[in-house]
Amino acid sequence: MSSVALSRLSVRYGKRTVVHEYTETIKPGDWLCLIGPNGAGKSSILRAVAGLAAHTGEINVDGSPLRLRTPRRRAELVAYVPQSPVLPDEMLAFEYVLLGRNPYVSYFGGESAHDREMVHNVLRRLDLDQFADRELGSLSGGEQQRLVIARALAQEAPILLLDEPTSALDIGHQQQALELVDRLRRENGLTVISAMHDLTLAGLYADRLALLHEGHLVVAGTAAQVLRAETLAEFYGVSVTVHHEPDGTVVVVPRRVS
Amino acid sequence: MPRVALAALVGAMLSIAGASYQGAFRNPLADPYLLGVASGAGLGATIVFVIGRANTNGWLIDPLPLAAFIGGLIAVMFTYMVGAAFGASNSSRSSITLVLAGVAVTSLATAIQTFVLYQNNDVIREVYSWILGRLNTATWQDVRLVTPYIVISSIVLLLHRRQLDLLRVGDDEAASLGMQVGRVRLIVVIAATLGTAAAVSVSGLIGFVGIVVPHAVRMMAGASYKRLLPLTVVLGATFLILTDIPGRVLTHGAETPIGVVTAFFGAPFFIVVLMNKRLSQ
Repeated sequence: MSSVALSRLSVRYGKRTVVHEYTETIKPGDWLCLIGPNGAGKSSILRAVAGLAAHTGEINVDGSPLRLRTPRRRAELVAYVPQSPVLPDEMLAFEYVLLGRNPYVSYFGGESAHDREMVHNVLRRLDLDQFADRELGSLSGGEQQRLVIARALAQEAPILLLDEPTSALDIGHQQQALELVDRLRRENGLTVISAMHDLTLAGLYADRLALLHEGHLVVAGTAAQVLRAETLAEFYGVSVTVHHEPDGTVVVVPRRVS
Repeated sequence: MPRVALAALVGAMLSIAGASYQGAFRNPLADPYLLGVASGAGLGATIVFVIGRANTNGWLIDPLPLAAFIGGLIAVMFTYMVGAAFGASNSSRSSITLVLAGVAVTSLATAIQTFVLYQNNDVIREVYSWILGRLNTATWQDVRLVTPYIVISSIVLLLHRRQLDLLRVGDDEAASLGMQVGRVRLIVVIAATLGTAAAVSVSGLIGFVGIVVPHAVRMMAGASYKRLLPLTVVLGATFLILTDIPGRVLTHGAETPIGVVTAFFGAPFFIVVLMNKRLSQ
């Protein structure tokens, strides 16, 4: 299990600063969910941790700075599931998950028997082995999403970044995907950082929520602390009722304004 | 015999280069011809013709492939920069933008070439018969000249076939999986351009091979570069040997240049690829 510490992380695109000195610590095996309206900087934080966005400030994994690692060594620690993954229609599911082994394959080398066995295991665990020889284009949205998670899992990285993992899925597949991530988190001891739009789901699965607005951290804490009607009204401009279930679940329900 | 050997070498090279450009640019329409590589290389070679082959006879290394390489590399870099500047990433629109940029670069290179030629009337015939593709004058000398370039370029490209598969999921995801995308793309483009330039410097501009052969292989054996690249070498060599036959046999006396034959089959094929959006990955 690995801890992640972000210290005064800033991300700039040209002259526009999209993340302002964000500081956060994620304990080993925890799930942090970034929430906030569009343009809050959620994706940029994930991209910075994945090594895809230039940034200032420090990103430490288990106390050592991520920027000192080569891209390959970084990929051994951090797996990234983008919001809209590129799924080449004609690529076979097995080939796709095998790409996750790249950090462990030498530049000119080929994947070893161990790499292939590893991918078969991941496919079995995620109940995807019957799709191994199918083209990605022939699979459903839910199956594709599980394959993307399978690829991240084949990467064997202790830190998993998920950018809107459920935005393209129906409610059943949303639950399925999040249950899967939660199960893998417990079984493999993964540390998860996700960005999500659905506030109820975010509160349901994450240990900690961080609400961002225009690149600034507004408030971080448990679902009960962050998901408050007046806070959401202020930063999302939305009118909601927040229910607290007896089991501690926080439910955010939109209200009709007129 | 040298003619068949040269056809095999050139066909293999143009095919693997086409497949590699398609992978490096994630663009099913990429081809040495359409990216402007061939015309850039042609311009480089023309300049060597103008200086005079007689003057370069005693040189240690034949400047023809090198001039073609430099011309081709400048052209493809230019095409890529223009295409990247105006194309939205990851869309079919950017595929088209890249090809349009290639058309512009090709026109520019051809215009400069024409201008240079009309200043130097004496080499026009020599250059034009060369432009249309000529395997008919092939000698063992030509084969010896290009073999090292084509072998080195093909080996480098074959060694990158796993990287090209990784690039299929896009720059961001490939980078998140630990790949140094910019570096890999540069190496692949340089290797493909070196081989293309060498091929072009002995055979002239032979179009569409780099697009017909890789797509035919994709239809038969799937889109994985691990299988695609080795198969394009084999099929590309076969393809050009076969398309050279009409040029040799059909017209007695006045030969049909091979570039005409490949364009005759290749252009309709290109239109099919353009219409078939399924190949856009």
